[in-house]
Amino acid sequence: MSRQPLLEISGLCADYGQGPAAVHAVTDASLVLHRGEVLGLAGESGSGKSTLAMAATRLLRPPGVITGGEVRLFGADGSVLDMLEADYAILRVLRWSQISLVLQSAMNALNPVLTIRAQLTDALAAHEPHLSRKQRHARAVELLDLVGISSDRLTSHPHELSGGMRQRVMIAMALALRPQVVIMDEPTTALDVVTQREILEELKDLRDQFGFAILFITHDLSLLIEIADSIAVMYAGRLVERAPANALFRAPRHPYTLGLLSSFPPLHGPRAPISGIPGSPPDLRALPSGCVFHPRCQFAFDRCTVDTPPLSAVGARTDRLAACWLQHGDKPVPAELAATEPAETELAANVSGSHPPEADLYTPALGTEEPVQQGSTA
Amino acid sequence: MRVIARRLFFYLVTAVIAISLDFLIPRLIPGNPVEAILAKMPGQVTPAVIHALDVQFGVNTSASLWTQYVHYWSNVVHGNLGVSVGNGFAPVSTVIRGALPYTLGLIGVATVISFVLGTAIGAIVAWKRGSRLDSLLPVVTFFQAAPYFFLAFLALALFAIKLGWFPSGRAAQIGDFPAFTWTYISDVLDHAVLPGLTIVLASAAGWIVGMRNVMLTTMDEDYVLIAAAKGLAKPRVIWYAARNAILPSVSGFALAIGFIVSGSLLTEIVFSYPGLGSLLVQAVSDDDYALMQGLFLIITFAVLAANLIADFVYVFLDPRTRQEA
Amino acid sequence: MAVGIGAEQVTGGQPAPGIAPPGTQRRRQRPLRLPRSPKIIAGLAILAFFALWSVVGPLVRPYSPDQVFANATSPLAPSGAHWLGTTQAQQDVFSQMLVGGGDMLLVSLIAGVIATALSVVIGVSAGYLGGLTDELLSMLANIFLVMPALPLLVILFGFLGKTGSNDLFLVGLIISVTGWGWGARVLRAQTLSLRNRDYVDSARIIGERRSRIIFAEILPNLTPIVASSFLFTVLYAVGTYTAMAFLGLVNPNWSWGGILYYAAGDNAAVSGYWWWYIPPGLAVALLGTALVLLNFGIDEFINPRLRAAGMARRSGAGRRDRNLRSQQFGLTPVIRTVSGTPLDSPPEPQGIATHGGLA
Repeated sequence: MSRQPLLEISGLCADYGQGPAAVHAVTDASLVLHRGEVLGLAGESGSGKSTLAMAATRLLRPPGVITGGEVRLFGADGSVLDMLEADYAILRVLRWSQISLVLQSAMNALNPVLTIRAQLTDALAAHEPHLSRKQRHARAVELLDLVGISSDRLTSHPHELSGGMRQRVMIAMALALRPQVVIMDEPTTALDVVTQREILEELKDLRDQFGFAILFITHDLSLLIEIADSIAVMYAGRLVERAPANALFRAPRHPYTLGLLSSFPPLHGPRAPISGIPGSPPDLRALPSGCVFHPRCQFAFDRCTVDTPPLSAVGARTDRLAACWLQHGDKPVPAELAATEPAETELAANVSGSHPPEADLYTPALGTEEPVQQGSTA
Repeated sequence: MRVIARRLFFYLVTAVIAISLDFLIPRLIPGNPVEAILAKMPGQVTPAVIHALDVQFGVNTSASLWTQYVHYWSNVVHGNLGVSVGNGFAPVSTVIRGALPYTLGLIGVATVISFVLGTAIGAIVAWKRGSRLDSLLPVVTFFQAAPYFFLAFLALALFAIKLGWFPSGRAAQIGDFPAFTWTYISDVLDHAVLPGLTIVLASAAGWIVGMRNVMLTTMDEDYVLIAAAKGLAKPRVIWYAARNAILPSVSGFALAIGFIVSGSLLTEIVFSYPGLGSLLVQAVSDDDYALMQGLFLIITFAVLAANLIADFVYVFLDPRTRQEA
Repeated sequence: MAVGIGAEQVTGGQPAPGIAPPGTQRRRQRPLRLPRSPKIIAGLAILAFFALWSVVGPLVRPYSPDQVFANATSPLAPSGAHWLGTTQAQQDVFSQMLVGGGDMLLVSLIAGVIATALSVVIGVSAGYLGGLTDELLSMLANIFLVMPALPLLVILFGFLGKTGSNDLFLVGLIISVTGWGWGARVLRAQTLSLRNRDYVDSARIIGERRSRIIFAEILPNLTPIVASSFLFTVLYAVGTYTAMAFLGLVNPNWSWGGILYYAAGDNAAVSGYWWWYIPPGLAVALLGTALVLLNFGIDEFINPRLRAAGMARRSGAGRRDRNLRSQQFGLTPVIRTVSGTPLDSPPEPQGIATHGGLA
């Protein structure tokens, strides 16, 4: 996995509506997606994760508006494109060929009146007009083969396929032009657990085969254990923590992440009480002052109610970021948020090929409980 | 195909009901229609004609209602719709056949144009939501609200009389004989423009608004977002959305066609267009019951046929309705 | 007798009288306040105006509508004596217009009541009873929906004859025969969905009688739909009655359709007697506009997405709104404020991670 940046989002702000009634869906979000990396974007419903991804690609629907920040796309040849300044023609060229999309519900994301073949090949026709009909057909067959669907499904319509098959078709469709980035917004949420697992495995294989980067958006942290290289956590429109996956799970640095992690029941071992997080997410039109999480935070102190903590590095490492005053040295860091970082080598655990022994991977940060397995959804 | 079979069955039932209504109504409403006719034109009627009328209306006959009903059915199936008193006792079927092509041509073409134009405009107004096109809507509202015959009056007064751009009535110059010559055909077209325009203006509004509303909802669907995310050309993205949004309009066509036909017939009257509309008003003023009955049947059948065509089109457009094995 | 006001009162959500079985949880929709949409208000206002016109008109008319005036060979243009001129037969058009609403309103109300009653009985029965009853009743409704109204009415009125058509009740009855289908369909659909709600289920499990359930649980919730169905049926009847008068199928004296009947007969359009055919036509068109406005208003109320599209235009001036309004699909606009901070957010402390634009 190279550390070459591919998509860089800095300080992105997006609102729904304008003026005093505007809903601040995303505030000051910064992320970097590297070439070939799987970046998980986790958060509750309404945390702004989908909005962030759509805003970055200028696909946010009305009344969505981008109100600040920068989004840069880096080409393989070193060129840089400012997504927020680009005009429609340029965006059209890079859409699907550089960045593609997989959405949650394939029943809604596939056009019900068109055949599967038509939907697999229309992007080909738009971006590679030199291809003949036969060539496009051959590519469609290839794509279905990648996801294990027989080619006689090409003439079917979406309603004739099962949920899992439709999702696979969506994935195949997203890979039609071999993009650099695939943004996946809750790609497995609508499926049953067994199919979910199958699709995740296929995704990993495809990723190994083609090396594209994935921005994997989900509310289910446990999925990210399976697939993510690094994880960013969002709350109320802000990024509150960013870290390599393993480090996040073993040693969370933000109280919200801590709360999320302690929300899964362990499948094995003695029963432990699930703590969850008291309270509910704030109204995005009237965010709390200071740190957005402070009303629900068990460690909040006076500074938290006044100043908004910036997303900044924790300790010496530059890839470990948290937006919390606790990590700034104002007060001693509580034990739960100061677990030891996993060693450098273990951080690379989720990259293609090597998976560390299960016990190690699932050792939780808290130290008092049994290993947390992939449990129910967060 | 099961869908089509069900619809076909429904239309057949409706046709049967229509024929039965046609049979029953003269017999249920008090009064003797034959006497009324005789009173109107004494001395012109031969006994044979009287007999035909009697059979037509079930008067002076000792046959039971059921026998009359069966007899009536056999007449209808053979195309015998009685005689028209207002047209020199010519067979109703002949009289109608003379006027039918004009009406079919006018209404058929006008309806198709109205539907295509209306849904296209509706899709574009929805696509460009919030733009100046939205101000079209109140104008469109007026056209939808005004009765067909009022619009016909206006069109007549404005375009035919005041501006003199188009002829003021009839299907062709008086004295011209139908022939497949260009002069005749262009003359017919010339005469059909104003009635056609009236029909299109009055009915397109419904399609425009309906399509706009569905399109606005459709544009929020994920597959339209994906189409844009694929970098497809804008017309294609609109097409993807419109292709889905048009479905409710097609199924609504069935309902609308009844109204459109009614309105169109009234329009024909204003323009003295020699179609079924003019026959209708003539039948009313002549108390030509047989003609009224025949017109009821023919017009109803035409509407049912149009519905059936719309159903076929719907099944073609929406793969979800096709039951695959 | 204003139709518009009537609708408002009917949607108060009053319970059916006298049926309150003890111990049963009766759930009712909150009373439906008519939404403050300008379209709906405009539509109702037009209706109220015409209702008023129809009632007051005959009382204030300057002349009798049949009264023949001077001996002229062609209709006279508007003047001081005749505000809307005269017809070919030298009758005062204005007087005809004033009295033209009365019969029409009465017939339409009768037709509305009968058609609504029919659609409630058939629609609710079909929806609630289900099974074969539903199939048959639905088919009946669909048959009457599919059959074009005009030819059917022609033979009905044609055989009824001129004398029969003087009985306004009969006319209303016949018109209602063609107008009940749509309401029945809508009510059936709504009944179906209500039938499966929890409170109806629990009433059924307790063993309440079917009729009780229908009257106490279902009907009260259908009130808004019945009210709007009544309104639309009345307007449909207005249009149909006008068409019947225009064709000469019902007595043209005196209704607006009737005025048009005479106008058409004397070729008013061709001869340029605009004062003769425009007022009645316009009057009917305005009534039709009320119908369309109400339709739009209710559509927008049910589907908020339509509302947003229409209101975005009205919400104010300024570049920023225009940007928002004419947003291109697939190209989210970027609207930065001067300093780069989003509007209305609290000031940021100078931290390490800042967004572009802030120092």
